[in-house]
Amino acid sequence: MNTGYNFAYLDEQTKRMVRRAILKAVAIPGHQVPFGSREMPLPYGWGTGGIQLTASIIGPDDVLKVIDQGADDTTNAVSIRRFFARTAGVAPTTRTGDASIIQTRHRIPEKPLREDQIIVYQVPQPEPLSRLEPSRAETRRMHALSEYGLMHVKLYEDITRFGHVAISYDYPVMVNHRYLMAPSPIPAFDNPKLHMMPALQLFGAGREKRIYAVPPWTDVRSLDFDDHPFRAARAPHSCGLCGATDGYLDEVVVDDRGGRLFVCSDTDHCETRRAAGHTGADALAAE
Amino acid sequence: MSEDTLLSASRLTLRFGAVPALVEVDAELWPGEVLAVVGESGSGKTTLLNVLSGRLRPQSGVVWYRDPEGRLHDVHAMPLPALRALHRSDWGFVHQNPRENLRLGVTAGGNVGERLMAQGSRHYGRIREEAIGWLRQVEIDADRVDDLPRTFSGGMLQRLQIARTLVTHPRLVFMDEPTGGLDVSVQARLLDLIRSLVSRLGIAAVLVTHDLAVARLLAHRIMVMQRGRVVEAGLTDQVLDDPRHEYTQLLVSSVLQA
Amino acid sequence: MLRTDSLDKSFTLHLRNGLRIPVLHDVNLAVHAGECVALTGPSGAGKTTLLRSLYGNYRADAGHIWLRHDGAMIDIAAAPPRTVVQVRAATLGYVSQFLRVVPRVPALDIVADAARGLAPDVARARAEELLLRLNIPRRLHALPPATFSGGEQQRINLARGFIGRHPVLLLDEPTASLDAENRDIVIAMIRAAKAEKIAIVGIFHDTTVRDAVADRTHDVTPLQDAA
Repeated sequence: MNTGYNFAYLDEQTKRMVRRAILKAVAIPGHQVPFGSREMPLPYGWGTGGIQLTASIIGPDDVLKVIDQGADDTTNAVSIRRFFARTAGVAPTTRTGDASIIQTRHRIPEKPLREDQIIVYQVPQPEPLSRLEPSRAETRRMHALSEYGLMHVKLYEDITRFGHVAISYDYPVMVNHRYLMAPSPIPAFDNPKLHMMPALQLFGAGREKRIYAVPPWTDVRSLDFDDHPFRAARAPHSCGLCGATDGYLDEVVVDDRGGRLFVCSDTDHCETRRAAGHTGADALAAE
Repeated sequence: MSEDTLLSASRLTLRFGAVPALVEVDAELWPGEVLAVVGESGSGKTTLLNVLSGRLRPQSGVVWYRDPEGRLHDVHAMPLPALRALHRSDWGFVHQNPRENLRLGVTAGGNVGERLMAQGSRHYGRIREEAIGWLRQVEIDADRVDDLPRTFSGGMLQRLQIARTLVTHPRLVFMDEPTGGLDVSVQARLLDLIRSLVSRLGIAAVLVTHDLAVARLLAHRIMVMQRGRVVEAGLTDQVLDDPRHEYTQLLVSSVLQA
Repeated sequence: MLRTDSLDKSFTLHLRNGLRIPVLHDVNLAVHAGECVALTGPSGAGKTTLLRSLYGNYRADAGHIWLRHDGAMIDIAAAPPRTVVQVRAATLGYVSQFLRVVPRVPALDIVADAARGLAPDVARARAEELLLRLNIPRRLHALPPATFSGGEQQRINLARGFIGRHPVLLLDEPTASLDAENRDIVIAMIRAAKAEKIAIVGIFHDTTVRDAVADRTHDVTPLQDAA
């Protein structure tokens, strides 16, 4: 542990400020709370919002898991895990069930989370209406007055043009029947996991300086039409390594002859299954 | 304010610096009635429209609106959410330039359906059906429902704006020079359309125009404004055929006869 | 049905330095149901002004215009605009010399729109019947009347005035640009209206028509310019 820094890098006053914002965010599910986002020792877009949240809630006894696109071994995940190992000395893990805090970029783990866990999302763009209404003053007013017709216009347009809602990630949701929320760029496949999740969900956008939250056991609905209900899409394959047919899959190009492999994007999920004896069609080829 | 007025304004005053935009203006509107506000540019007629519709606050005076349940609302004392809800449902606003109101990157169907979706409609098929019905009513081919407005002509854009506005069956529509900037032939078609829609649906309207012929064809009553004051008001044909005020006589005699 | 009481009307032309032109003074006129009164007098005497005042198109300076509307007597000269609109819709019909309508609307719709209290299809059938009676051939019914001849336009105007069956009907030169055949048809229509107890006030320059329909005349005498 590097002792040159305060515990978990941020000074205690900053943590208090962030915690106050978190408390407010939890009190108003789905509402974006501004906070004084600090300069962090990594660039915007690499998880500065998530890191500040994690730094503000982490304690010496916590067990931290960091994933990026579902994987524990990608650059972003490895860097952030090492950052907290050096500044807070906490125990890292890759096992979803063992973690007390899970910081994530672009996925929710396949294994259902528990009440004693907190999941922290890294958010690039907290405003779900940003691509439809350029004025922040106007979007704030729309949130305040719960005027979300425009978002449905976007869905209407998608169905008109493509026959279905063509949003595959960061699919907008209504939180607690009140606030429209961007769930961060998780695949729409993960949206149902947001609903009535036992764990506390925190969202941090460092560059945009916003924190928002979904408290445990909160109603979270993906926007849809009665005659075009929301569908959690996934590739119609099974995992090549563990044979799972329920998880979200990554498509991996394995050679330059068009060969490809579908594997679980959640590496912990895949490894747990393989350790239990499940195998997929491509397990040997990939070894 | 009498028992059944829809909108009633009294002593509206608003100055922009030294320029009087409205001076002690009174106005009343009954359900199903079309009121034209005429006058030259700068006479305060558009300001009046904005004040009546709650988009602009007067320095003094009050605007009352009676909702379908008969309750009176002070338009400028209403909470913003209520006023905006009113503008999305019971009221409509037709701008001179349809591009100000339409979403040019959204299909015609989406433009017409937006107010329905804002009111909570969540059935794609029905929203689309309703949109097509309204496009027909404003004489736009049903097969243009998936086209973007930027491929529409000026007259079509204006008709699309009207469909978008009327889809929620408003009781009161504010129109700011709805036929301005259109070719004469297109204008005639639009006038006919507005006239028949307004009379068939029983919509009340406040219509701002500088074109006396438009006022004559559409409005039951007329208000003539000059420098922020109403100089003459009454039945449309009375005021236009038997103008009393000097300014009205000047306006009427200045119209070119085709 | 209709009675004026010391009716005065003058015009003030502000653009001519406030020139005041008195036209009507102390006009007392009474018309009963089923009666036709012809306004007479030289050109410029104020016949049309009187007729327009009766319709509420011109505003009287003094006096009253009493009209039976909806079971009560109403003073057109003092009624608020909204009441005048209602009176015109229910009680008072007017056939002007010139047809003024929204461009692009077919002749048949113009006439059918003027019908009162009829279902749309009934109104259209009735409009068609009236137009045919007035010798407007079917092929013209679907066309807007802007391009019609003067006589045709006038007959559209007449059909529009008669379809409403208002208890009081004002006619301004209804036969001015009609040929003899159509003129006779109009005479028959006016007589039929009288038989239906409709009160009529009209200006008829054509003495044949006047003699054929009018029960009596009311002379409008020209006033001297006061200016």
